[in-house]
Amino acid sequence: MSEPPISRGFRGRGSGGRNARVPPGQHLVEDFPVLSAGPTPEPDLASWRLTLEDGDTPLGEWTWAQFNALPQTDVTVDIHCVTTWSKLDTDWHGVLIDTLLEACGLSEPPQPYVLVHCDGGYTTNVPAEDLLDGKAMVATQFGGGPLDPEHGGPARLLVPHLYFWKSAKWVRKLQFVDPEVPGFWEENGYHIYGDPWREQRYDGD
Amino acid sequence: MATDTVAVAPPKRLQWMTARITGVIDETPRVRTLVLDVPDWPGHKAGQHVDVRLTADDGYQAQRSYSLASAPGAAKLELTVEMLPNGEVSSYLAGEVRIGDTFEMRGPIGGYFVWTEALDGPLFLVGGGSGIVPLMAMLRQRAASASRTPTTLLYSSRTLGDIIYHAELEKLAADGSGLTVIHTLTREQPAGWSGETRRIDRAMLEQTVFAPALSPRIFICGPTPLVELAARDLRDLGHAAQRIKTERFGPSGK
Repeated sequence: MSEPPISRGFRGRGSGGRNARVPPGQHLVEDFPVLSAGPTPEPDLASWRLTLEDGDTPLGEWTWAQFNALPQTDVTVDIHCVTTWSKLDTDWHGVLIDTLLEACGLSEPPQPYVLVHCDGGYTTNVPAEDLLDGKAMVATQFGGGPLDPEHGGPARLLVPHLYFWKSAKWVRKLQFVDPEVPGFWEENGYHIYGDPWREQRYDGD
Repeated sequence: MATDTVAVAPPKRLQWMTARITGVIDETPRVRTLVLDVPDWPGHKAGQHVDVRLTADDGYQAQRSYSLASAPGAAKLELTVEMLPNGEVSSYLAGEVRIGDTFEMRGPIGGYFVWTEALDGPLFLVGGGSGIVPLMAMLRQRAASASRTPTTLLYSSRTLGDIIYHAELEKLAADGSGLTVIHTLTREQPAGWSGETRRIDRAMLEQTVFAPALSPRIFICGPTPLVELAARDLRDLGHAAQRIKTERFGPSGK
């Protein structure tokens, strides 16, 4: 690949303070920006359900109370948004996907891919193995308090090793599928997998 | 909402292209339009954005997303950039750059927050500050295509001097095509100001938006609090969530 053109007079913050935890093309932020494609849904805990499906076959369903009675896990992770911000050491609380599968009596995922469904019709796709071994959870708390609706509350998926659009807000259903079904942003030109360390932002990256 | 999207075939791979600055327009003291020459530009739709990558002479790079301001068929490609406090990239693009400077760009990106004249329904646009940029691309496309789609823009700025594209908006609103532009100035109003004088709220939205029965297409772009509030209020006023599309601008977003 040819050398990129120099932008005359641009110094930026410089590479001296380059943090090894920040993927290529990303920069650190202290706040927690909000990005969603439409209105934030009103949380309604009384009617809230989280379901797991194998294709169209139900595997498990939890009310808000049942979900919160499942074994809970705390994690501290770095998150990376495709719009180029990264945030380090974010604290989350929720239920690991491993725990949800276990609660359904499953030792492994029934299909190799997952289509994640959310309030408002948003979807995203993730390989099932990217949700296992403690790599992902359905999170209900951020920074020690309930997750704000604008950040995906009452519950969002958290898959911190992929670009943050994969950590779908307002999650309601994990559907195990084969073959893989592209989700909302993935249908709109974004990368099917989304690894920030390989800078897989857009289709073809 | 995934079913109500303009189909935009993504290019096979988004290549980094070199953009050369051929013109600079200072829109307000903090906002600048860059007129660009991008030889292999593949074309875009109104509302889409690009990623910009700057490279320092020591090889350091920084990357951000910016909305395209120009209409798809316009002779020149334009980005409008707001200088953010401590904005690593925006302070360069809205400050240091001169005609003839180059940077890398790739796009267009995003097939969701997009309008074309082929879409049915009236158009209701809500913008705050530099959130006007992708909405302006839509208004420019609407004018370029001689569309008479009934359209209302509700645009919030801090002061009169902060209104981006002010003269052009006045001109478009006077061309008889069915565009209404409503300004609100939230911080300071000049003597004799006849527009709105407060932050966008439910009453203002209710007064300006098309009736839900007309199924307007709604695009909202601005700082997060404005976008959250406007999207929620419009949904509560009876507009289908699928018709409401949002983009957020801010120090860490676009």
